[in-house]
Amino acid sequence: MSMIVNRRDLDFVLYETLGLDEILNSEHYADYDRESLDAMLDLCQTIAEDQFLSCASKLDANEPQFVDGKVETIPELKEAIAAYQEAGLCASAYDADVGGLQLPWMADQALNGMFVCANNPAHIYLFLTQGVANMLNACGSDELKSKYLPNLVDGKWFGTMCLSEPQAGSSLADIRTKAEPKPDGSYALTGTKMWISGGEQDITENIVHMVLAKIPGSPPGVKGISLFLVPKNRVNDDGTIGEYNNIALAGLNHKMGCRGATNCLLNFGESGESIGYLVGEPNQGLANMFHMMNEARISVGMSAVMSALGGYLYSLDYARNRPQGRPLVNRNPEDPQIMISEHADIKRMLMTQKAFIEGAQTLMYYCAELIDTKKLSTDLEANQRRDLLLDLLTPICKSWPSEFCLEANKLAIQILGGYGYTREYPVERLYRDNRLNHIHEGTWGIQGIDILGRKVRMQNGAAVKILREEMQATIDSAAGHAGLSSFCDQLNEYLVLIEDTISVVEQAEDPSLALANATIFLDAMGHLVIAWMWLKQAVAAVNGKQKGNAADDAFYDGKVAAMQFFFRYELPKIKPNLRLVADLDSTCYDLTAEQFLGV
Amino acid sequence: MKILVAVKRVVDYNVKVRPKSDGSDVDLANVKMSINPFCEIAVEEAVRLAEKGLATEVVAVSVGPKQAQEQLRTALALGADRAVLVETDESLEPLAIAKCLKAVCDAESPDIILMGKQAIDGDNNQTGQMLSALLDCSQATFASELTLDGGKAVVIREVDGGLQTLELSLPAIVTSDLRLNEPRYASLPNIMKAKRKSLDVKTPDDLGVSIAPRVTLLGVELPAERQAGIKVDDVAMLVDKLKNEAKVIS
Repeated sequence: MSMIVNRRDLDFVLYETLGLDEILNSEHYADYDRESLDAMLDLCQTIAEDQFLSCASKLDANEPQFVDGKVETIPELKEAIAAYQEAGLCASAYDADVGGLQLPWMADQALNGMFVCANNPAHIYLFLTQGVANMLNACGSDELKSKYLPNLVDGKWFGTMCLSEPQAGSSLADIRTKAEPKPDGSYALTGTKMWISGGEQDITENIVHMVLAKIPGSPPGVKGISLFLVPKNRVNDDGTIGEYNNIALAGLNHKMGCRGATNCLLNFGESGESIGYLVGEPNQGLANMFHMMNEARISVGMSAVMSALGGYLYSLDYARNRPQGRPLVNRNPEDPQIMISEHADIKRMLMTQKAFIEGAQTLMYYCAELIDTKKLSTDLEANQRRDLLLDLLTPICKSWPSEFCLEANKLAIQILGGYGYTREYPVERLYRDNRLNHIHEGTWGIQGIDILGRKVRMQNGAAVKILREEMQATIDSAAGHAGLSSFCDQLNEYLVLIEDTISVVEQAEDPSLALANATIFLDAMGHLVIAWMWLKQAVAAVNGKQKGNAADDAFYDGKVAAMQFFFRYELPKIKPNLRLVADLDSTCYDLTAEQFLGV
Repeated sequence: MKILVAVKRVVDYNVKVRPKSDGSDVDLANVKMSINPFCEIAVEEAVRLAEKGLATEVVAVSVGPKQAQEQLRTALALGADRAVLVETDESLEPLAIAKCLKAVCDAESPDIILMGKQAIDGDNNQTGQMLSALLDCSQATFASELTLDGGKAVVIREVDGGLQTLELSLPAIVTSDLRLNEPRYASLPNIMKAKRKSLDVKTPDDLGVSIAPRVTLLGVELPAERQAGIKVDDVAMLVDKLKNEAKVIS
């Protein structure tokens, strides 16, 4: 069995639960059909298993080294990335007009998901490059695009996003990096950027940094931030690599996980000029950067799902092959031991992983489908609905898997027991890799404030109304399946609870107190959305089973059981948490810093 | 020069196969299927000859179920020019496959027929040799190097005692060993190009070939589980057990 993908489940999500086939039927994607996508999935599975999975452990044990101001990575990383590039994968998601293969985003996520699961840190370089290319394509001038975009699309050069500084992480208003205009229209950048993934590496000949900086005289705070393209090496007019652009690697961060991806402290303009080029309009930097944020945050959620999937598949295979102990009702030592997958508590831990991972995975593909259908549609009103729904779901996509799929990784370690705690087995590495996702691209707390402070309130709660309508459509589709009706009722009941909580928070007089428990609300609303995703899957499973292919019975029964598990074991947990939010409970809010230690 | 390369759809080499619960056969339900690895090497060799300008056309052929089209499409994505599927749902023995391939060869008249030395499902290592007999042409099995030299093929074979070099007149059959080459990966653009290449479907009936099985499969079971060993007290006891219990020495 594969340790990076369950292809049966992938097919189920893409074609039975969601509608990738309809997207493929559109004119924009006329080149593709299910058969060609299957062949692509086969190819990607092979490359991901042969080249990415095979070096994941070595890459973790041999993190990139800082040698004479440069980075050294292991050769296997470069070989894996070369295989990915040669297969044409770097260009998969871009439209043909910029030299891409024009795959639907759903399909692209499925192809890339296997690489993330196989070797998350190796994929970070590729994922960042895609984000940079998309941002440049959306906001850059034709001149900048013609000079930089083709090499980013081909994966010949990699890209990075430089937002944070040592003193300004979540608080971008406080960045200090300065961009002085030069007579030729370019800018000279000076300043220090922190937490730059892929900021330096020895894989590609050039690196394209997307840097947030302030032009002197611009307004204070986030309104005065502009976006600049700053190459590691300058690029001559004929496209060849020119002089070094004076971006000094000041140090590498030594991380808990995702160790194969460099994470850098970079000094711009320290020993000479670091020349940059304005992307988009001055002072619109944050808006331009956030242009890609929805996609980037969904990709972070996907990364959390995939790290958890790796642990789930490994621990499942282990549990099915590890004999240990005997049934409680038969302790005769002469009888053979049973596999640990027969023990009730192991089943509970496997089911928890399945429910979290497959529920979250469906949400990721549901959002990808919204992005694809929006692209294909010319119906403005329908697209506004899709945008609102995506805006509402994005913080959940980013943070719910980061929390609960990490929990799945914890259970994978538990199933392997002592072995799981050693570096001989991959489950502890997957846990460490996954721990990043709650932190980058907007922390857990930022996502909580985003959803409760902005997303549920925007346009007088329009997004929540759309969510209600979409959930109702799923409930309607379950009509006629008697076994699902009580779950439909529960989904509705918890949705009402969420709506009531939102209205209490909206009417609160103290805005700080109203958001004090925002993170708790975020997790609770995530549970509601994942329950909805499970109901969607259960409807598809019941429909699938009616087709009567006995070989699929176990698969479909497992889906319905996982839905039942989520509704019974997980969903009720949100009630007391929503109570705290609706009561504007101030237990944490009222604390003073001295009360923790008494000093 | 035309090359015909045979590819077989087999259970993927990563899959841990299990017998069906009734022991009637290997369980292939919901199992990943791929090109037989030795066939993949044969495809790579054919494509390399084409890239060197030594072959003008590479035709991939498979005998098997409709789904074997997937493996033919893979061969096309790796660089074969067109494909032929001899479609049948029957269980296939080496002789039946060899007969189908002979019929295709009669129609195509290839100069070289490249095949895997064996398929990892049945591990028979017979089809190439049988095809050679049916076509009455020269054969070189277990090839680790193939060069073409003015209407002749020079093949280095891996044999028990080392390497054997053969010179073959064409047409000839060459079956690949593991070290013949390291196959490339296909690419996404080439998968799309492969969709537009021709894939011809025939049946054994079209070719006038009988593929009726001659061997009956009686059952498939796992090897007996190994029993726990014992510790012997001394060498004398070991020798005694080897002599009288295991009966491996006398």
